[in-house]
Amino acid sequence: MTAHVKVLIAGSGPAGLTAAVYTARAQLRPVVVEGEPSSTSDQPGGQLMLTTEVENYPGFPDGVLGPELMTAMRSQAERFGASIVTAKVTKVRLESSPFGVWSADPSAPDPDYEAETLIIATGAQALMLGVPGEDRLLGYGVSTCATCDGFFFRDQHIAVVGGGDSALEEALFLTRFASKVTIVHRRDRLRASRIMQERAFGHPDIEFAWTHQVAEVLGDAKVAGVRLLHSTTGEERILPVTGVFVAIGHRPNTSVFSGEVELDDQGYVVTRNGTSTNVDGVFACGDVQDATYRQAVTAAGSGCMAAIDAERWLEARGS
Amino acid sequence: MSATTVTLDDSTFDEHVKAAEVPVLVDFWAEWCGPCKMIAPVLEEIAVEQAGRLQIAKLNIDENLDITRRFGVMSIPTLILFKDGEPKVRLVGAKPKGQLLQELAGYL
Repeated sequence: MTAHVKVLIAGSGPAGLTAAVYTARAQLRPVVVEGEPSSTSDQPGGQLMLTTEVENYPGFPDGVLGPELMTAMRSQAERFGASIVTAKVTKVRLESSPFGVWSADPSAPDPDYEAETLIIATGAQALMLGVPGEDRLLGYGVSTCATCDGFFFRDQHIAVVGGGDSALEEALFLTRFASKVTIVHRRDRLRASRIMQERAFGHPDIEFAWTHQVAEVLGDAKVAGVRLLHSTTGEERILPVTGVFVAIGHRPNTSVFSGEVELDDQGYVVTRNGTSTNVDGVFACGDVQDATYRQAVTAAGSGCMAAIDAERWLEARGS
Repeated sequence: MSATTVTLDDSTFDEHVKAAEVPVLVDFWAEWCGPCKMIAPVLEEIAVEQAGRLQIAKLNIDENLDITRRFGVMSIPTLILFKDGEPKVRLVGAKPKGQLLQELAGYL
C-alpha cells in the first residue's frame, strides 16, 4: 500500500528533525523515515547519538548530552504532528514529483510512499580502516563508539586512529578510563581545531604515533595490538594495545540516491540556491550535503532552510 | 523495566537462564549507551511478538560486572541468546529488527 504524503524526510539527525518541526508547524504532516538502529552513526538521531557532552549547541550554557538533545528534538517534531517511522529508505524513484520512496523491500513493485517533496537528511557515517583483523575483532576490542565502549578499557592502553576533532574528542574521553591513549595519525600534524589540540597535547595520558598508519589489528579472541607502518619509510612496529577506536572521518549516506540525484565526487548531495538539488522538489540538508561545517547547529539551520524551501515549492505548485 | 522483559543481575543470572523454558536473549546494556537506548523499544516489541517462544532479559553492565566479564562483553549493546543455559548466538552492536529476528530464527 502506497501512502501519499506532501513531505517525506529521510533521516532524523538535527537536520531532518528540524525540517520536521518546521514542516509540521506548517501543517504539511511530514513523515520522517528515521533510519534503523546500528552502532555506527547511521542510525536514528544521527551522529549525536554516539557522543556525550555537546558544548557548542546554543542555548545550553552547561552543555547537553547528545542523545538527550536528539530525544528532545524528536519529541518536539512529534508534538506538532510529524510522524516518525523506524525504517530506512531502501530505494527512491526521483524522475518527477510525486517521488517514489521505498522503506521496506526495495524489489516491491509499488513504493511505500509517494511524496510530493523529498528532504534528504541522511547524514554521514564513520569510515572504517578496512585492514585485516578489524571486522573480525569488532566488539572484541575494536570499537566504533567510544562513549559506548570506553568503560571496558579501564586501566588499559588503547589506540585512537585519526587526526581530526572527533579523534581528539574520543581520545580525551577515553583518558577517563584508559591508562594510556596513543593517537595514531598518518601525518605529522593534526587537522583538529586549536582548542582540541591544546587539550590533547597538554594531557599526560595521551601520546602520539605520528606518520604511522594501521596495517593490521592483531589478536585471536580479542585485540592484542596493532601493526603500524611508517607512512614514509614503511618501517613496521607493533603497538601493544587492547583497544582500537577508529575516527578517521566520515562518508555521506547517499548510496541509495546514487543515479537519482546529483552527487559530487565524494558522494555528497550537490545543493544550490539554498537547499535545492538538481531534481525539482528534492531538497537536501545537513551533513549529507556539507563536507565543510558539519556541526549540529549548521545541520539544524539547513534543515530549517530545506523545510521553508519545500513549503514554498509546494505553495508555488498550488498543492 | 516492563511487564514483558526480565531484569537479571549477577546473583540471579545463572539460575534464570538455566531454568528458563524458552531461549533467553540477554541484552547487556548501560544507561550511558545511545545505541542501547535505540534498540530497547525494538527488544520490547520482539518480547511481545515472540512471547512463549523467547524471553528478553536485561543485564545492566555497570551494576553486574561478574557476568559481563565472564562472557567477555567489551562492546555494548551485546545480545547473547542462551538456550538450556548455554550461549548460542552473540550479536554485537545495535541492529535493525529484521536482522535480529533473522539471526535468532534458528533457535525460536
